[in-house]
Amino acid sequence: MKWLAATVAAMTVAVTACSSSGGSSGDSRTGSSLSGSITVFAASSLTEAFTTLGDQFKKAHPGTDFTFSFDSSSTLASNITQGQNADVFASASTSNMDTVVQAGDAEKPTNFVSNTMEIATPPGNPANIKTVADLAHPGVKLAVCDPAVPCGATAQQVFDNAKVTVKPTANEPDVKSTLAVVETKEVDAGMVYVTDVKAAGSKVTGVEIASSVNATTIYPIAVLKKAGNHDLAQAWVDYVLSAAGQKVLLADGFSKP
Amino acid sequence: MSRRPRGDEQTGTPLLLVPPAAIGAALLVVPAIALVVRAPWSDLGPIYTQYRFWDALRISIVTSLEVTVISLVLGLPLAWVLARTRFIGKSLLRAAVTLPLVLPPVVGGIALFFALGQNGLVGRYLQQWFGWSIPFTQPGIVIAGTFVSMPFLVVTIEGGIRSADRGLEEAAATLGASRWRVFSRVTVPSILPSLAAGTVLCWARAIGEFGATSIFGGNIPGSTETMPVLVLQVFQVKGDPEAATALSLPLMAVAIVVLVALRDRWLRAAPSQ
Repeated sequence: MKWLAATVAAMTVAVTACSSSGGSSGDSRTGSSLSGSITVFAASSLTEAFTTLGDQFKKAHPGTDFTFSFDSSSTLASNITQGQNADVFASASTSNMDTVVQAGDAEKPTNFVSNTMEIATPPGNPANIKTVADLAHPGVKLAVCDPAVPCGATAQQVFDNAKVTVKPTANEPDVKSTLAVVETKEVDAGMVYVTDVKAAGSKVTGVEIASSVNATTIYPIAVLKKAGNHDLAQAWVDYVLSAAGQKVLLADGFSKP
Repeated sequence: MSRRPRGDEQTGTPLLLVPPAAIGAALLVVPAIALVVRAPWSDLGPIYTQYRFWDALRISIVTSLEVTVISLVLGLPLAWVLARTRFIGKSLLRAAVTLPLVLPPVVGGIALFFALGQNGLVGRYLQQWFGWSIPFTQPGIVIAGTFVSMPFLVVTIEGGIRSADRGLEEAAATLGASRWRVFSRVTVPSILPSLAAGTVLCWARAIGEFGATSIFGGNIPGSTETMPVLVLQVFQVKGDPEAATALSLPLMAVAIVVLVALRDRWLRAAPSQ
């Protein structure tokens, strides 16, 4: 699954890298000399935005480097509480961050963006999906995230809001896997984030969800207690929260928290 | 088979072999012991009811048996063809047959989409002509399991057929037995040990299969969610390592009982003539 996500990430990074080279860093921490590298655990929906931000940060602070691990927030949270070393955790839901905080691995997370759901269909929307209710029609093949990960839980909220019961064809471990299944055209639709549809470009066609039934998930970020390079970890969190960081995130389709 | 008047152990063990053998055994055995020691024995009941345990166990066992039967029906003839016939491109075919052994199983799952998906090379015709859709179905996970497991059976049996005594087959043919009769009455009985070994290896691989099944099957509880898929979900997505080990215990128990029983009966290193 990580392999799949990584491939999708690599392809989309290439696209976003070309299109967003204009935004220059507005980071103000020029006084301290940052160096070294950190590992950032981030929800897979942050793949494009964080990769862009990482490149900008590195340009502004030569000598720094980032290793990103993009996966479902639940997987990352469980790896952190199992003792895997990382410096920063950015989660796609407050509940996974709460798990990490309760385990004593992080404190004082800050909400930095929010995200809403969108229906992704293969290019051209061959099954002619128009609303959330269409996803419940018999014969419609639907991919969703597992209800235990943020994108699955948020999708379930949308179904509850719309008062529909769906029978998914595929139950994927994270949002990029759900998107990847849609991209293979093996399903008629997938429930992903607005940001994923945007990042996928022409590989999927998005179907907007009416705001009356759509649901939101909040993204918190925190420096982890076991961070090996606390200065750089804090600088990264500050950068994500800065005007320059928010600009990139909003351009990728995220909303303010 | 030659008669062995003395037990194996009396031939004398070269002492140099003992330390690496002990380390090798420890590497394989200690994690299994750790699983048993760390398993939440007192909470097994609630864990089995909380996570869709029985469905996953049933799907795993049924799927692995179906995979084994299909692999045997298709793989034994394939092994015979690879061992006994000559044709152009045979070495390529042999390489292709062993490819799933080295392919990351996730790639196997994606390859199955490209082959059997509704836009796949073959899948589009299955869809057009018969209305069949293979991905995300139980037949789909059986095919995924067969894709990754059958090579173990083919490779093992092919080795057995190659080292079998052709003199017996020729004698039977000289005595008027048909080709099919030679195959079924002489070749197959003479390769029984490797036939059994290949079948068991295939089943063992099938029951542990995860990657291709997860990608191609879609992880639907009660339908395509096998035990290995459920265990990874419980560990990673739900963050519950104790429950993950608890779920895997019965499958381990089944596998160990079967393998121990079969090993004593069939898999004893049979000296090939």
